[in-house]
Amino acid sequence: MSARPESGAPAGSATISDGNLLNVADLSVRFATEDGLLKAVDGVSFDVGSSEILAIVGESGSGKSVTAQTIMGLTRSPNAQIEGSIRFRDKELTGLRDAELQDVRGKEIAMVFQDPMTSLNPVYRVGRQIVEAIRSHSEVPAEEAREKAIEMLAAVGIPAPESRVDNFPHEFSGGMRQRAMIAMGLALEPSLLIADEPSTALDVTIQAQIIRLIQRLNQERGLAVILITHDLGVVAEIADRVLVMYAGKAVEQGTLDEIFYDPQHPYTWGLLGSLTRLDRPRPRRLPQIKGLPPSLLAPPTGCSFRPRCPHAFGRCTEPPSLEARLSEAPQHMDRCWKSPDEKRELRNVEGRIGLRSEA
Amino acid sequence: MGPFIARRLVRMVLVLFAVSILVFLIFNVLPGGGTDAAARRIAGKNATPQLIANVRKDFGFDESLPQQYLTMMKQIFSGSLVSYQSQLNVMDQIKQGIPATFSLCIGAAIIWMAFGVLFGYLSAVHAGRLTDRGLTILALAGISLPVFWLASILIVYLSQKIPIFPNGDFVPFQDDPWQWLVHLILPWTTLAVLFVGFYSRVLRSNMLDVMDEDYVRAARAKGLGEHQVRTRHVLRNALIPIVTLFGLDFAAVIGGGAIITELIFNLNGVGQYAAQSIGNQDLPPIMAVTLFGAFFVVLFNTLVDVAYAYLDPRIRLGTSAELA
Amino acid sequence: MAAEPLLEVSNLVKHFPIKEGLLIEREVARVEAVDDVSFSVQPGETLGLVGESGCGKSTLCRTILQLLAPTSGSVRFEGREIAGLSHRRLRPLRREMQMIFQDPYASLNPRKRVGQIVGDPLKLQGIASGAELRAQVQELLERVGLSSEHYNRYPHEFSGGQRQRIGIARALALRPKLIVADEPVSALDVSIQAQIINLLDDLQDEFGLTYIFVAHDLGVVRHVSDRIAVMYLGKVVENAPADRLYSHPVHPYTAALLSAVPIPDPRENRARHQTVLEGDVPSPIDPPSACRFHTRCPRATEICSSEEPELKTHGPDGHLAACHHPLEEASRPEVAGSASA
Repeated sequence: MSARPESGAPAGSATISDGNLLNVADLSVRFATEDGLLKAVDGVSFDVGSSEILAIVGESGSGKSVTAQTIMGLTRSPNAQIEGSIRFRDKELTGLRDAELQDVRGKEIAMVFQDPMTSLNPVYRVGRQIVEAIRSHSEVPAEEAREKAIEMLAAVGIPAPESRVDNFPHEFSGGMRQRAMIAMGLALEPSLLIADEPSTALDVTIQAQIIRLIQRLNQERGLAVILITHDLGVVAEIADRVLVMYAGKAVEQGTLDEIFYDPQHPYTWGLLGSLTRLDRPRPRRLPQIKGLPPSLLAPPTGCSFRPRCPHAFGRCTEPPSLEARLSEAPQHMDRCWKSPDEKRELRNVEGRIGLRSEA
Repeated sequence: MGPFIARRLVRMVLVLFAVSILVFLIFNVLPGGGTDAAARRIAGKNATPQLIANVRKDFGFDESLPQQYLTMMKQIFSGSLVSYQSQLNVMDQIKQGIPATFSLCIGAAIIWMAFGVLFGYLSAVHAGRLTDRGLTILALAGISLPVFWLASILIVYLSQKIPIFPNGDFVPFQDDPWQWLVHLILPWTTLAVLFVGFYSRVLRSNMLDVMDEDYVRAARAKGLGEHQVRTRHVLRNALIPIVTLFGLDFAAVIGGGAIITELIFNLNGVGQYAAQSIGNQDLPPIMAVTLFGAFFVVLFNTLVDVAYAYLDPRIRLGTSAELA
Repeated sequence: MAAEPLLEVSNLVKHFPIKEGLLIEREVARVEAVDDVSFSVQPGETLGLVGESGCGKSTLCRTILQLLAPTSGSVRFEGREIAGLSHRRLRPLRREMQMIFQDPYASLNPRKRVGQIVGDPLKLQGIASGAELRAQVQELLERVGLSSEHYNRYPHEFSGGQRQRIGIARALALRPKLIVADEPVSALDVSIQAQIINLLDDLQDEFGLTYIFVAHDLGVVRHVSDRIAVMYLGKVVENAPADRLYSHPVHPYTAALLSAVPIPDPRENRARHQTVLEGDVPSPIDPPSACRFHTRCPRATEICSSEEPELKTHGPDGHLAACHHPLEEASRPEVAGSASA
């Protein structure tokens, strides 16, 4: 099932996705809560091609995790309303029954979660949990499954895998646990890995190791990855394309270079601007985005970023559509009414890209 | 493991020692107790002072308290302890009561664990729905019904008014297995109802907590069927605290704590013996039964700790390291 | 800087014993969380404390504030020795030193109202009560960017960033001289982090505060700090003025840390060579001999495992490092693309 990796093209070069692995169209997820209807995801669409790394960027409440979990059907519950389409290799996932969805999970699409400390069951040995994943999908004998587990642990760079396979999770360090999670995810050789903030809970040096690992798996095995993160540095390292989410909506999407060097949405400018860069002199004052993310129970009318945007004008009361507004980049879409020329000017704050504090 | 067991043995000796001192002191300090009252009771209603003095000499009541204590302890360990009241050997009496107590407690324990876990599991899995609400009501009823009331009601309705079950008494297993069983059904029910209610509530709550854990979500993401997720991951982890509870509850009942049940059903077990001795303010049996009970509590405490370490590999026996 | 330091830590040690035994427990091993740490902080300065999990920075903070009793060593606050003081003697000193905690969801008592949380320190120290107390608390709330009407609310009604503001207001209530901030923004979203950092910046000027700022995010630390101390496994391995640390790191661990930080710039990322440290941080229970970093250091030699390097001067402005093979000017690896001052 391993697709050929891209022909040595470095990450970030403008590749148009062949969109043939995962197609998400107009996905909406709403939860009925005591306080009302919570619109966690509102009309999000994107594609992931085989061997591609798509980064979904956003902060808490942006809906990125809910989107990822919905792809796997993990958000199904009596109080959840899910609309839209999720097609994986031309198979529609949203209508599948639980038993059919279980076939897809782990085998075709695997997921790795944020906190490796709590994502492994503490009472079972690590090897056993990997074997459990393998044997729930196929009838391999226990010995063979165990060999595969050891092989996977080695593939993710865990030293002495033959003995570590019998360790309990608490005997692993954080970085190793995350590697073990990845090993477990890859045991059945899925074609898509969804990594939900895989390195956020880890130290910076371990984070670098995990990101490197994901990159290697993508290049060597042609593994497609959806990387959920709020860390733009990590995005810059390995993503091919980027989707920026805010308050449940997609506000900008494009290739890596497009997003970093020609961002079109003020929220993206804000995110880029509030990053501290070690290779540049430090600014006097850290640029910030004023205010708080909006309530998902009662989102603002019109553009959801309007209350925090210093550039809001009359038209912003009309909800902006997600469109490609640059003729030379038909795949680069954003949700902001300002013209491209205005955007180019407004985003320049003291020589770098950022969000002004006042218009 | 070795040092751990050794440490626990030492602790057991210390606990039993402390308990024995306490019981001895309490007996000798309570009004209506003490050696004077005991002597008078042994001597009988129309006792003369001379008779009482003789009794005192015979039973060693004139010696100092520490000396009396030592004598009693020696008698316990040599099996020669004799009741003040009935002149019968205390150890023999206890031995006679063990089959009944053990039959009652072990049988009830099996029942309460089986139903407690079953009801708790169903309640958690169907949380918020009709099954859950129904089981919750049953559980709360079970916890609220006093043992003495329940026992009496069961006897009145299922034994006297409608003669399905016998009225009480214990039939040893060797004599008649079927009758042994039939005689125990009502006592088992009585003893188990309280615990079923309690355990099902605790398990329900634990399971609901575990269901929110990340590793359950990760298990689903692996593609495990819902049933496997529930049994292998949720139930398995939720049962761990139940083990602790069980150990302590079981120790309490088997050490002679099922007093009311034994009394009402006239099972002549250790608990009933204890109740009678307390009524007679008869120190030797009280002391022996208390030590008997304490022994089981400490033993089961230790077994529970060992089981816990086996069930939850994060727990290590003995070391007190706290690492960030 | 000849002025008297506000805080002077000398040879501070905090070990946690691990005990085992039959009847009486004896010590069988120790967690060497903080091992012979020395540094000083000038009034009005911000010292950044950087390191990864297990380096001991949180333990160090608590030991400095005497929330944990030091195993040995000295902590002098305004010239006075505070290590090992009794609770009673420490009480008046507590007004001068306060702490902001990392987890805004765990560090506020969910059963108390905001006004109570912020006002309790004032009440406990007998500074204000009644209407006067309320007025002071409301003023503090406004100063940290909340509104005085939040006085009667409960913590769960606030977002993470707002809760952290409450924690800051609480720390400020007693007008301390020193505030130890233990990863105050790690749990917050990126856009909120900037808000909180700017707030701490403003408050420092206005209230004349001295900060010890603990963080694992090197970008954040750089912005707020005047000086930075890098910790590894309980030891300070480098201590330098902030800008110098980033432009001229001396210790290989510092260089590795800097190299591991992703640069949010795709072209720069592609251009630079990153050194990724292999392996995990060793356990502080049985740390490596001599230089604790030698097991992972690309520059380690014989001497590194037999002789512990001292913290010595390696650059101007009191740039200290503990290494037998410090990075020289010429051979400094590229820490971030095209570095320019």
